Amino acid sequence: MNTSSVPIKEPVRLPVAPEAMLSTERPPAGQVAAFCWCTILAVPVAATVALTIHRLIAKNEPVADTRTFTLFLSCVLITFVAAGLVQPFWSGLRRWMAHMCPILAAAVGLLSAWELITTGFRLLPLPYFPSPASVLQSLWNDRFLLCESTGNSLLLLLSGYALGVLVALVTGVCIGWYRHARYWGMPLLKVLGPIPATAWVPLAMVLAPNGRSAAVGLVALAVWFPVAMLTISGIANTRASYLDVARTLGAGQGYLIFRVAIPAALPSIFIGLFMGLGTSFLTLIVAETVGVKSGLGWYVSWAQGWAEYGKVYGALVIMAAFFSTIMTALFKLRDRVLSWQKGVIKW
Amino acid sequence: MVAPGSGHGLREGSSLRLAGITKYFPTPDDPAVRTHVLDGVSLEVAPGELVSLVGPSGCGKSTLLRLVAGLGAPEAGELWVGTEPIRAPSAERGLVFQDPNLFPWLTVRRNIEAGLSARGVLREKQHEVQEFMRLVGLEGFAQAFPHHLSGGMAQRVALARAMINHPRVLLLDEPLGALDAFTRMRMQDEVLRLWEARGITMLLVTHDIDEAIYMSDRIVIMTPRPGRIERIIPVNLERPRQRNSAEFLQLRSDILELLHFASRTPQATAERQTANGA
Repeated sequence: MNTSSVPIKEPVRLPVAPEAMLSTERPPAGQVAAFCWCTILAVPVAATVALTIHRLIAKNEPVADTRTFTLFLSCVLITFVAAGLVQPFWSGLRRWMAHMCPILAAAVGLLSAWELITTGFRLLPLPYFPSPASVLQSLWNDRFLLCESTGNSLLLLLSGYALGVLVALVTGVCIGWYRHARYWGMPLLKVLGPIPATAWVPLAMVLAPNGRSAAVGLVALAVWFPVAMLTISGIANTRASYLDVARTLGAGQGYLIFRVAIPAALPSIFIGLFMGLGTSFLTLIVAETVGVKSGLGWYVSWAQGWAEYGKVYGALVIMAAFFSTIMTALFKLRDRVLSWQKGVIKW
Repeated sequence: MVAPGSGHGLREGSSLRLAGITKYFPTPDDPAVRTHVLDGVSLEVAPGELVSLVGPSGCGKSTLLRLVAGLGAPEAGELWVGTEPIRAPSAERGLVFQDPNLFPWLTVRRNIEAGLSARGVLREKQHEVQEFMRLVGLEGFAQAFPHHLSGGMAQRVALARAMINHPRVLLLDEPLGALDAFTRMRMQDEVLRLWEARGITMLLVTHDIDEAIYMSDRIVIMTPRPGRIERIIPVNLERPRQRNSAEFLQLRSDILELLHFASRTPQATAERQTANGA
């Protein structure tokens, strides 16, 4: 750390190390033992390398700005050393590690590379491209505000999404099932639906009593179109023979709609739900930047206003985690609801 | 084994009367031109009788079956089951297609229950589900989903689903057509077993002459468009029937000859008639 000759050599050689490790791990898949050891050591080695680089680079920076990153890397190192020690006795963990370690090591390597580019060689202009250490630091400093923003975003997103899905399912089932509803409803859907929900922002600001309900309405509108469209197509494309069979079993309208057509349409409805989720993320962030005084979208534009790019990136990291968690939750829900499709269709 | 109506077991079947059934379908490419599908078909089926409909494809056998099921109305003629006219689909007339059409989102058990839940009587009749699963030999597959079943098993589920409503008439639209030869023969015996056990009236559409002779009390031979009844042949062979007995084979060659002749009748060439011409 305090030798001056090392830092010059180290950065040149070490960033290659995680990459090199990855490339040597894959070929000898035949030798199971060797493969396992390389995999298990990948993350601790990558973390050690990253720590070394960080200590060497950041020694000129203020300690307050870099401590969290040091702590974070140390945590990664300790966790994975511990996991490596425990894994011989825990087959589930071993399988998870064998699968995840290479990509996690690569992620740590990327953090290192990012630090080298920013603080190390100062290749990118500040304040637009802060180092990972300062991003982590601003995340930590603003943790309460970020938690609150995330909570508000979640509330907004869920209420808007739920409202949109509910309205979409009702309109979709009606239009898909009843000929008259199709005649009157379909043109409306075809004309209004394709307008991006964000284009309604000016109108929403005027019509809604406050920014929050405007945002909820916009998210709901964004979700409504794809979900309604795919519900209609799912319902309308229910195999006629399923309906015929149900009729000869004595089924009435209610049974035909709720127990035959809707289950048959569920795969299609879920595609709509996924598309709707994507548009709802976009609309949420836009709605928050223009109307609402809280939430992740608001936080990003607020931080940008103060040129605190560490906070902007921090919020982006939170968003990535936030949105992908929600997406994963929807995938899990689909796998549960459509478990009968297992072996029928590969997604 | 038993003459219709005189069997042991239950007698759930009811008579069926078709009088002068005529049916047109709009042609897909020109709605003004209608295809004459059925032309004055009249048929009486006794309670507990098993009647086969045989004929070249396009002779309206399946259409006739759908009309009996209530999935559509004829342009002319009347359909009666027992003393009631047929106006709409009902659980009293079960229908089994060539494709089992099991609901893929339900397990085998739930599929069989669908017959009960569609009528809203699942709670009262829950105990019958097990009985019908046993009847078709599927007790071990209650929790399986349809795509895990073989063709024969899926068709058994479809049979159980239709039978659980105790239909008075069971309509079978080439139910065994998609099965391999061995499974098909076994399933023929299964259907006969169900038929004998419950005394249901059955109307069976089939392409397979052997199946028709093996299973039915009477065979109705139809001509192609417009579908008419060419001949009704009683099968007076003793049950269980031998597929290679001399009488069986003689009947088979007679019917084949008749069908060959039927498909060459001049009516076959006059396929389409305009709406005002009919």
